[in-house]
Amino acid sequence: MLIGGILVITRKNAVHSALALIMTLLAQAAIYLMLYAPFVAGVQIILYAGGIMVLFLFVIMLVSIERTEKERQFNKQWLVGIVTAGALGGLFIAVYTKGKGVFPEHALPTAEAQNTQAVGSLLYGQYMFAFEIASLLLLVAIIGAVVMAKKRI
Amino acid sequence: MDAMLHISTLHYLVLGAALFLLGVIGVLTRRNVVIVLMSIELILNAVNLNLVALSRYWQGIHGATALHGQVFAIFVITDAAAEAAVGLGILIAFFRNKETINVDEVNLLKW
Repeated sequence: MLIGGILVITRKNAVHSALALIMTLLAQAAIYLMLYAPFVAGVQIILYAGGIMVLFLFVIMLVSIERTEKERQFNKQWLVGIVTAGALGGLFIAVYTKGKGVFPEHALPTAEAQNTQAVGSLLYGQYMFAFEIASLLLLVAIIGAVVMAKKRI
Repeated sequence: MDAMLHISTLHYLVLGAALFLLGVIGVLTRRNVVIVLMSIELILNAVNLNLVALSRYWQGIHGATALHGQVFAIFVITDAAAEAAVGLGILIAFFRNKETINVDEVNLLKW
């Protein structure tokens, strides 16, 4: 999965990047299955690896990729970017080594059969309002994408 | 099977942090807008991984139906879809106007 992530940010060809990202997403779906989250894994495969990546590939085909391959791949502030990311990584390492004991192991429940059912009843019960807001957000996103991709703007 | 049970929550969190860092490096250093958007997807996926791992941890405390983290991960996936649609729409509109998809040539808002 990390190899896929590294490939995403280093490939010259954007299509290769997209394929590496698909590999990363599928590996992450497998990790969701390891965490006993089959519904999220299914949503990950269908929505991410299926829907969003098709959108990405479509746009990659629309904009010209032949010209950008010959240009510089990294921008001028790449050193600053690496340093910033390194600082963030140092922060993560510090937090995780200091807080190693925060997560004691519990006796985890065994694989439950009604994961999807439980997620659904939470989604339509306690999180009803957030669910409706999410549908409104998707509507706004659809309108926004259509307006943005219109011929004359 | 016994080795698998020893993967703790912290391991998942470290994996999520590494993925997040890769995404940050991609956002900060690449010139191609499409790859920058893909790196944002990497970041969102790292967040999702943390959410699901902590949801698993929460299940250990509150029982098998405490799936709030997974529900939130689904909301994050929804947001990622909306963000990708709008971002790529903007990208297409920009490419029509300027014939480029490099971030450092995007200067229409510069004074």
